[in-house]
This record gives sequence, C-alpha cells and structure tokens, in this order.
Amino acid sequence: MVEGVVDRSGLEASLVARRGPGFRLELSLSIPSGTTVALLGPNGAGKSTTVDVLAGLLPVESGRVTLSGVTLDEPAVGRFVPPEQRNVGVVFQDYLLFPHLTAVENVAFGLRSRRLPREQALARAADWLERIGLSDVSQRRPGELSGGQSQRVALARALVTEPDLLLLDEPLSALDVTTRARLRRDLAEHLEGFPGPRLLITHDPTEAALLAEQIHVLEEGRVTQTGSADDIRLRPRTRYAADLAGSNLLMGKASGGRVALDVFELHIPSQVEGEVLVTIRPSAISVHRRQPEGSPRNSWPTRIELIERMGERVRIRTGPPLVLTAEITEGATDALDLREGDEVWVAIKATEIGVEAGAESELS
Amino acid sequence: MTHSKPERRRPGARPPIVLIILGCLGLALFLIPLAGLLARTPWSELPRLLTGDLVTDALRLSLTTSLLATLIAAVIGVPLAWLIARVEFPGRSLVRGVVTLPLVLPPVVGGAALLFALGRRGLIGEPLAGLTGLVLPFSTSGVVLANTFVAMPFLVITVEAALRNLDHRFEAAAATLGAGRWTVLRRVTLPMIGPSLVAGLTLTWARALGEFGATITFAGNLQGRTQTLPLAVFVALESDRDTAVALSLVMVAVSLAVLVILRERWWKAL
Repeated sequence: MVEGVVDRSGLEASLVARRGPGFRLELSLSIPSGTTVALLGPNGAGKSTTVDVLAGLLPVESGRVTLSGVTLDEPAVGRFVPPEQRNVGVVFQDYLLFPHLTAVENVAFGLRSRRLPREQALARAADWLERIGLSDVSQRRPGELSGGQSQRVALARALVTEPDLLLLDEPLSALDVTTRARLRRDLAEHLEGFPGPRLLITHDPTEAALLAEQIHVLEEGRVTQTGSADDIRLRPRTRYAADLAGSNLLMGKASGGRVALDVFELHIPSQVEGEVLVTIRPSAISVHRRQPEGSPRNSWPTRIELIERMGERVRIRTGPPLVLTAEITEGATDALDLREGDEVWVAIKATEIGVEAGAESELS
Repeated sequence: MTHSKPERRRPGARPPIVLIILGCLGLALFLIPLAGLLARTPWSELPRLLTGDLVTDALRLSLTTSLLATLIAAVIGVPLAWLIARVEFPGRSLVRGVVTLPLVLPPVVGGAALLFALGRRGLIGEPLAGLTGLVLPFSTSGVVLANTFVAMPFLVITVEAALRNLDHRFEAAAATLGAGRWTVLRRVTLPMIGPSLVAGLTLTWARALGEFGATITFAGNLQGRTQTLPLAVFVALESDRDTAVALSLVMVAVSLAVLVILRERWWKAL
C-alpha cells in the first residue's frame, strides 16, 4: 500500500470476556501488522465472541485490547472505545449486507458514516466494485446477489474504509465448494494487500493453513494450541486438533483419474484435470503388516516414523515416499504390534480422497 | 380407486364444500352493507350533498385530525415501540399490556377516562388549564388526542413486532462501519422495518379516521370543531338520511383508495 507511512504496531489483546452466564472466553492474541492469524475451532468455541470483543460489540470483562498502540478496551482504567469509533473492518459470517441498500450503497455505507459526501462515497465504492469485477451487479440488492458476489461485496465494504484491523468471521463457509476454492485465492490476494493485522476465524483447517501464518486452536473459550499449520498437523495436542487440523493436505497435478504428487501418484475418484488440492483424513488411511488383500489401488510399502497415542486412538506418521498422518484405533495398533521404525503397508480407498480443483500456487 | 391414496393435487386446489359456503357467507357480510349503501345512494343529489357545509366541514376536520393523530403516534409511538422491544426494564410486560389496552377497551370508556384525566376538573386538566389556559375537551385538539389514544396501539404493536424480529447483527455491522447510534437508527433500523412502519401508520390512520366513541365522549359533537365524519354520519342519520349516505360514501371511498394504494407495495408486511 502506498500510504504505508503510518506506524502500525498491530493488534495486542489479552482478555477475558463473558457471554451469557455459561460462556467464558480467555484469549491472548498478538498479530503484527501485515500478518494473518487464524483462530481455528469448533462451533461454540468462542470464535464469534472474539470477533465481537475486538470489534467493540462486546466489552471485555478484564484485560486489555490495543490496536496500533491505542487502547480500545481496558476495564481496569475504565476505557472502552465503542465500535463506531474503532477502525475495525469486519466480514461477518453471513455477510450481513444491508438488504435495503444496493451493493454499491452497502460498500459506501462506511464511507458515508465517516461523513464523506454521498457522491464521493458512492464513487469510491463503485471504483472498488469495478476493481473486483462486480460493476455489473453494483445496483443490485443483496437478495439478488450470488453467495460469492455477496462475500466479495462484504469484503469490499469492510476494506473500503481502510481499517486498522481486519476481522474475517468464517468468510468462506457459506459458499459452495467450487466458489470457495476460487474466492479463497481472491481472499489471499486481498489479505496480501491489506497492511494491517488480520484475524481469520474459521473451522476449516485447510482455510487456516492456506491463509494464515499462525494458527491458534480455540476450544471451549481457550486456546489449546498455537503454531504453524504443520505444527498442528504433525503434533496435534488435543482430540479436536487431531480430528480437524490433522488432515493430510497435499498439492498435485490431476489427469485421467490420477493425481501426480512430487514423487508419487494417487488414484482419485474425480475426473478433475490440472492443479488440485488433495485432502486425506487420517482415519481414511489404513495400516497393514503385509500388502493388503484385494489390493486397493492406493497402497504402498513404507516405514512408521512416529507413533502417538491419544487415548483410544493412535496417530501414525508414515515415512517416504509420502509423509502422511494416519489414525487407527489402539486395538488395531496393539493387534498389529506396531512400533516406530516398523516396515508396513498403508492403503487409502480412492473414494476417501478429497480433491479440490484450482489450487495453484496457494501452498507456496 | 382407493380412498387412502387420492390422486396427487396441489394443496388447496379443491377446498371442502363447507368451507366454500361459510367463506362466501363471510364475504357477504362485508358486501351486503356496501350494496345497501350504494342502493340507497341518491346519485343525482350527490354533488349538492357533498358540497354541503356539514360534509365539507366534517371531511376537512376528519382528514386534519386523523393525520395529526398519525403524526403524533409516529413521533411518540415509534420510540415507545423501540423501548418496549429493545430495553429490558422492570414491568416491561405490564407496559406492553397498558399499550394494547385501548385496543380492547370500549372507545367510550377511553373517552370517559380522558375526560376524567384531562377534563376541566380532571386530574391533569385542571392544573393544565390553570397554568397554560389550554383546555383540551370539546376542542379540535381534544379530537386529535382521542384519536391518538385509540389508534396509536396499532402502530406500537406493529413496529414493536418488527423491531423484535429484526436481526440485531445488522445494527452491529453498521456500528463496525462507523455508524453512531443515531445513524444506525436512521440508516439501518428504520429502513429495515420500513414496510411494517408504513403498515402500522396506515392502520393507525384508518383507525383514527373511523374513531367515534372516544371522540364524542371527550370532544363532543360541534360542527366544524369536533364533528368528524363518523360523528356527522351519526347526526345526519337522525335528521337527513341522504346526507348520511353521502358522508358514508366519502368514508368508504377514502378508505378503499388508501387500501388499494398501500396493498400494492406494503400490505404484505402485515
């Protein structure tokens, strides 16, 4: 960004917040300018509460929130900056585009609220919509927009006021799978172009891995793990992290029902061609002592690199040719007497492999 | 042919015969009086009757007072609806009950209550007259007050329901976009409940236009000052049937016109 002369010291938050009698959120966040942090967690973990707290829609109970060196909320000194005086851009989960305003009026809303004259605000909003290729729908109401268009209008509405902090609450979860992959790339570009700190709220580990530099796993109002996508994938600390973030995420080139990875080839259930993103749930991978009978097409010999016991379930990291995390039951592990360093066969049913088209350069 | 599996039909395509008969009876109840009115109308005399003093005075007074009552209801009724819908305070359900009381109370009783409170000897009327010289009963202002008292609940109820059904997150989103409370109210809340607001205002106005009992009790029946259309109809029925019919036609025409105009755009919100 051109006007990058302003010193932005990012977001610092260390807080306790309460919603209703039953829910308590305890969170420490530090997001330097120009970086994206993901808050990954299941429903009810406190993700939306975090958005509300940072946006000023819910005061903290204790702690402090500072943005660009300015304290936004600190009950101990009686300081609370209301939402309309914070410069925080929010993309809400269901977008919350104003149904009585057109797309361009929605985008202009923040500018108008900041006392920009109507004509100027609309002109700037129209410019923005043109830049993201939505000129032709600028006069439509939200009810007449597709999910993808609504998402981009919501993002434009949040960004056009040049906020100091960008909050994205499940920005892609309302979209269908193909739109999601495309808009995730758009979003990555927008995030790249946004100079301030960015917080991505999501329950989708792929989204978190692709869009954020750092991931906090949030469960029941607490951060249970912090690290890179790889940290969490390879060393999940909780059951939830293992379930969700533990998915194997691979890049490859698909053609004719196969996907070529760096040094390996997998059979896939779809006829997608070109660059693809491949996800394999750890529980979809089976481990055998000998070459499995009926030989599933995706099976190969390898070596066990790591065994982690997590209660009744055991996570097994396999070595070359393809490093994967498998998850099998404790019973099966004991029955096979599996140990680190053992030679084994792994097998994956083609139907268990998730393939998403059009993922070029996302993982780079 | 089995009875358990009748051929597939659009639901409601062939309603039971009993429903048709009863429904038509219901419709007849509305249509027959209208037909009676039209049959009794002295069409050739109509221009003369409609330009008579009694009719023009009543029409002018009715339009002025009902519109003023609607305006007052908008100014104080919408905030009241907002408070009941959005602010939690002790006795809120009681307040909600008080607001809807004029809906079920016989208007005459409402008028009498207004008289006891604001009459020349009333609880508030006496000090009010002493301090400001303002005397409400048997004045045009009294008509407006009686109209507002009886009609405002329609607005409050409609707007309150709309506010309660409105997703608060839209207002939160507006706040994050830099809109202060007043801007949020003006640019998000009110436009989003717009259809209900218009419907509520229409009902209020229609109720005010037809007000009789509270008006005649509190404001009396003085031609040109407090004699609105319904009052004029009542008086004319005693003395001059033709004028009564002409007045009634005016009311029917005005009400129908408003209904038709509003139905196009807003009525669906109700």
